[in-house]
Amino acid sequence: MLDALSDKFEKILKKLRGQGVLTEHNIGEALKEVRLALLEADVNFKIVKDFIERVRVKAVGQEVLQSLTPGHQVVKVVWDELCDMMGREKAGLALHSQPPTVVMMVGLQGAGKTTTCGKLGRLFKGQGKRVLLVAADPRRPAAGDQLSSLGRDLGIDVHRVDNAQATQADVVRICQAGVERGREQGFDLVVLDTGGRLHIDDALMGELVAVKTAVAPHEVLLVADAMTGQDAVTMATQFDQKVGLTGVILTKVEGDARGGAVLSIRAVTGKPIKFLGVGEKLDALEVFHPDRMASRILGM
Amino acid sequence: VLGRTPDPAMLEELEAALLTADLGVRVVDRLMTHVREHARGADAANSEALQNVLSRTLYDVLAPVQGASLEQLIEKGPKPFVVLMVGVNGVGKTTTIAKIAQRLVQGGRRPLLVAGDTFRAAAIDQLQVWADRVGVDVIRHRHGADPAAVAFDGIVAAKARAADVVLIDTAGRLHTKSNLMEELRKILRVIGQALPGAPHEILLVLDATVGQNALAQARQFKEVVGVTGLVLTKLDGTARGGIVVAIADELKLPVRLIGVGEAVEDLQDFNQEAFIAALFGQPAARS
Ligand SMILES: Nc1nc2c(ncn2[C@@H]2O[C@H](COP(=O)(O)OP(=O)(O)OP(=O)(O)O)[C@@H](O)[C@H]2O)c(=O)[nH]1
Ligand SMILES: Nc1nc2c(ncn2[C@@H]2O[C@H](COP(=O)(O)OP(=O)(O)OP(=O)(O)O)[C@@H](O)[C@H]2O)c(=O)[nH]1
Ligand SMILES: [K+]
Ligand SMILES: [Mg+2]
Ligand SMILES: [Mg+2]
Repeated sequence: MLDALSDKFEKILKKLRGQGVLTEHNIGEALKEVRLALLEADVNFKIVKDFIERVRVKAVGQEVLQSLTPGHQVVKVVWDELCDMMGREKAGLALHSQPPTVVMMVGLQGAGKTTTCGKLGRLFKGQGKRVLLVAADPRRPAAGDQLSSLGRDLGIDVHRVDNAQATQADVVRICQAGVERGREQGFDLVVLDTGGRLHIDDALMGELVAVKTAVAPHEVLLVADAMTGQDAVTMATQFDQKVGLTGVILTKVEGDARGGAVLSIRAVTGKPIKFLGVGEKLDALEVFHPDRMASRILGM
Repeated sequence: VLGRTPDPAMLEELEAALLTADLGVRVVDRLMTHVREHARGADAANSEALQNVLSRTLYDVLAPVQGASLEQLIEKGPKPFVVLMVGVNGVGKTTTIAKIAQRLVQGGRRPLLVAGDTFRAAAIDQLQVWADRVGVDVIRHRHGADPAAVAFDGIVAAKARAADVVLIDTAGRLHTKSNLMEELRKILRVIGQALPGAPHEILLVLDATVGQNALAQARQFKEVVGVTGLVLTKLDGTARGGIVVAIADELKLPVRLIGVGEAVEDLQDFNQEAFIAALFGQPAARS
């Protein structure tokens, strides 16, 4: 994919080979292509603007090297900048020395929280850890049944209150009881499956804050759909500001969405991307690789 | 002031609004070119006038999106009227079925739901909970059963029980998964065998939060199953669903309904003017 991009820039910049420096003028066309690629990948337009500015500043004035073609040279600046933005820290989830590690999943409706709880459960069970999933969504019809069903398939315990009895008011209590049980029964990992909600729903956002205050989770992970558009910025900012995130899991990545939202989310929260969801099945979870994601976002 | 060109700052503001609403850079570039060409003279100095030029253009592009309402189709259509819901994962198919059922019941009709998602954990239970709340029946098989067989039974049951509308749920699937798209084709075939001419409406559910990928979804679902209408959900958030403009432009599919919340009454008919106003940041109407 990167080669395609280089080729494209090559055509635009071929006149430059071995002569002079990259200037505002001679890289303008190439940067226009980059802008288009990023916008079509759903990177937020303000972030695109800043990005192009930074690339321009870095590229302009660079001598056109004999060893590199100008196209490659611009691609390299773009590429490095993208990888920097995406974060170079280690992805994945580390369990704490003092069990249980408590992970809280949050996000918009239908993002993939419940399914991802199952995926995390499967991953850590496979490493010999004891996992407890907590059904903390009494609102969505059959959300508890969904988690129970995943738990059953995986042979993982699910903590839940009888569907008919649980109400919204019980969410904090359910999470507390789940974490308590995790501690008492020697679980290594407790994953809280909260219900989907809008970042502008103050009552439901307040509920997440109350859960967080009550159980002090080690991780609060935003589960976000790879297909998300420009709204990713608003959504992620508000989840981070109101609840406080420690990381992000991007779902539905196996499709053909270019996934630029991940760049936006990363840029506004600064929080690491921990995993990628790459399918509906419970083994479809991958570790995030910034370089692969950069290629995908630029893919032309 | 004749021949005056619009203030770049004003243009930039409009462009920002459109990009933020997910219209997509190509559509936005085209619209902005149009505005630059058409806003001259006095209009050019007034940002409201510029927005009006844009709104009128959007209105034209969206003309094919404002089609008949689902109720009108049902009114004119055969009995039972069969609706198939399709779409990628988690967009709101099942919830929308419940909302439609509720509206039909209130309108004095007898809908029957069909639990055609036999794949996702507790998808059948989810539909059942909604059906119980709305007070309608569900035709269901076991988890893991053949979805086409459930659809077939649903239509047979609807005929036997004199239900007037059949709402068939399907499992979420990415448009890129050819085996799952093929499965939809099979469901379609079997429905046609159970009732020639059915399904009478194939609704693709799109999530307003989704960006440019929604166009690829619409293209592919239209190509494979012949989508006849769209439902745009989650418009109660801050996402505007502007990609519908690109979809209207290219595929001319009508938006039948919009989802504005998780509750069963949070369903509205699509309204072009309200939609355009919301694209520029005016809050979307809530029921
Ligand atoms: N293709 C694909 N589908 C996924 C992935 N992750 C989750 N899904 C699907 O997305 C849909 C929604 O997933 P859920 O786990 O129910 O999402 P949720 O965030 O818990 O939803 P709410 O609780 O309603 O907010 C389901 O159909 C899942 O199978 C993924 O990585 N790829
Ligand atoms: N805010 C909001 N949430 C909605 C709307 N429509 C559906 N939802 C929520 O989105 C989530 C997914 O809805 P479902 O109806 O399960 O979606 P689906 O397309 O059937 O999902 P799969 O069958 O897993 O592919 C649920 O939490 C719903 O409550 C809407 O218009 N607004
Ligand atoms: K959108
Ligand atoms: Mg859930
Ligand atoms: Mg469903």
